[in-house]
Amino acid sequence: MSESEKKKPNRRDFIVTATTAAGAVGVGAVVWPLVDQMNPDASVKALASTEVDISAVEPGQSITVLWRGKPVFIKRRTKEEIESARAVDLSELKHPEKDEDRAKNPEWLVMLGVCTHLGCVPLNDKGDYGAWFCPCHGSHYDTSGRIRKGPAPTNMEVPKYEFVNSNTIKIG
Amino acid sequence: MSDHEYTPKSKVGKWFNDRLPLLTLANHLTDYPTPKNLNYWWTFGGILTFCLITQIITGIVLGMHYVAHADLAFQSVEHIMRDVNYGWLIRYVHANGASMFFLAVYIHIFRSLYYGSYKSPREVIWIIGMLIYFLMMATAFMGYVLPWGQMSFWGATVITNLFSAIPLVGESITNWLWGGYSVDNPTLTRFFSLHYLFPFLILGLVVLHIWALHVPGNNNPIGIDIKKPSKDTVPFHPYIVIKDAFALLIFLLIFAFFVFFSPNILGHADNYIEANPLVTPAHIVPEWYLLPFYAILRSVPDKLLGVIAMFAAIFVLVILPWLDTSKVRSTVFRPIYKQFYWFLVADVLILGYVGAMPAEGIYLLIARVATAYYFAHFLIILPFLGFKEKTTPLPMSITEPILGGSPDMAMAKNNSNFKEKL
Repeated sequence: MSESEKKKPNRRDFIVTATTAAGAVGVGAVVWPLVDQMNPDASVKALASTEVDISAVEPGQSITVLWRGKPVFIKRRTKEEIESARAVDLSELKHPEKDEDRAKNPEWLVMLGVCTHLGCVPLNDKGDYGAWFCPCHGSHYDTSGRIRKGPAPTNMEVPKYEFVNSNTIKIG
Repeated sequence: MSDHEYTPKSKVGKWFNDRLPLLTLANHLTDYPTPKNLNYWWTFGGILTFCLITQIITGIVLGMHYVAHADLAFQSVEHIMRDVNYGWLIRYVHANGASMFFLAVYIHIFRSLYYGSYKSPREVIWIIGMLIYFLMMATAFMGYVLPWGQMSFWGATVITNLFSAIPLVGESITNWLWGGYSVDNPTLTRFFSLHYLFPFLILGLVVLHIWALHVPGNNNPIGIDIKKPSKDTVPFHPYIVIKDAFALLIFLLIFAFFVFFSPNILGHADNYIEANPLVTPAHIVPEWYLLPFYAILRSVPDKLLGVIAMFAAIFVLVILPWLDTSKVRSTVFRPIYKQFYWFLVADVLILGYVGAMPAEGIYLLIARVATAYYFAHFLIILPFLGFKEKTTPLPMSITEPILGGSPDMAMAKNNSNFKEKL
């Protein structure tokens, strides 16, 4: 075979390329179900929302409920706590968010009780800001659940929720 | 390697060996020439093989009684402890066996660091060893989750959350790992499945590790190349077999002490409380053998960088053969490296200690200094030391320092060339 003949794609090259391409698609089609089976399944996703009765929660009190396997803090804040959360200058914050955006109804703070560092449950009424403190790696949160000090990168997450009526919150 | 052709004596043996040369392999392993100056630090390879087999056997037995379900796992472990015949013994051997396995692997790794066993031509042995070490950590971590106690649950939560530090896809990856939105039953069942699988992957890698070892042969305490077989070597059997067996017996004394006299001293009391997703224990610490890496993770104030630092701490070990530029293997002939070697040992012990302490105040400061030194050792000190250090003269053979003269002239010549190059 001469040099020029070698370089020209021939019918065999076409077959090799086509076979490799079809093979790659085939391998992908086999691998994807094996990978995707590890994602949250239908029964896990079905537990997407939960309703919580909050009629018995007094001002200053916090309850913890389980939603999607994670704790959700529902805190009925006192006037002082609301004021201290709203008085903070946003430029001081690592993850700037207004308290007004985090608590639709200022009296009720609803958020995932999961430290955004590595997922521990922060303790209530602890830490430098009189609100939440994560014992695992020392993250301090304020009365709005915003990160103020420590390794956590973001504020505690506010899930999707709504007041069904004045006594019931639906999370999810 | 023994190059001579082996022919089995019996007719049946010859017939079989012509079809599958297992007897040739067995002969290779028995006659395998080993340096005659191997000390007791070289016995940990055999001890580690013993540990792996022990973990596999006790693990298979535990798997017959354990139930991998979030509602039943904790009870089934108590059932093993109280009801199953000798269940307490088998579980304590398995749980303490993991610690013994790591104790032995750390001695094995630090032996390699001291005598330069990772250097050319043994880089591939070292890298396979590091893969084994990494799989061991993954296996041990997943095994610790299975009893579904508080430390199991929160350890799993913290470690899987490391992946949430990855930008953009972090959350999808953690949800994929969990099979949900938190550590829960799907996480437990997949950890059980993988905890069962990984030891067999390790076993496969161990075969490759030993195969790769048998190509250049063992390094030795003075770290010079030796001619094999020669007056510098002894056959693996019976010399090394007996030495390994004796060391294993001593090791088993320590093992048995933990199993029978303080089976829970290396564990955490919190793990005898069933997992509760609403309450994090006040003080989360991993098992002792992961503490230095945990200290590195916590010493960095940024989440993503902390995770990167922790994985980098393992990765610098993988590329160690190319970071250490010194051609002299054994620390015996490296007076300056010898000091840095002991600094590193102290540094890793300090990291382990502060990893168990709360991440605040003086502990955090110590952790940061120790982390910085750890990386400096591998990335700055080792590459430079290879060029700067004046090493002491290497002997021409193992016997030379004692008998004054090499048993082999060709080798004596090679070794003097080697010295001139330095």
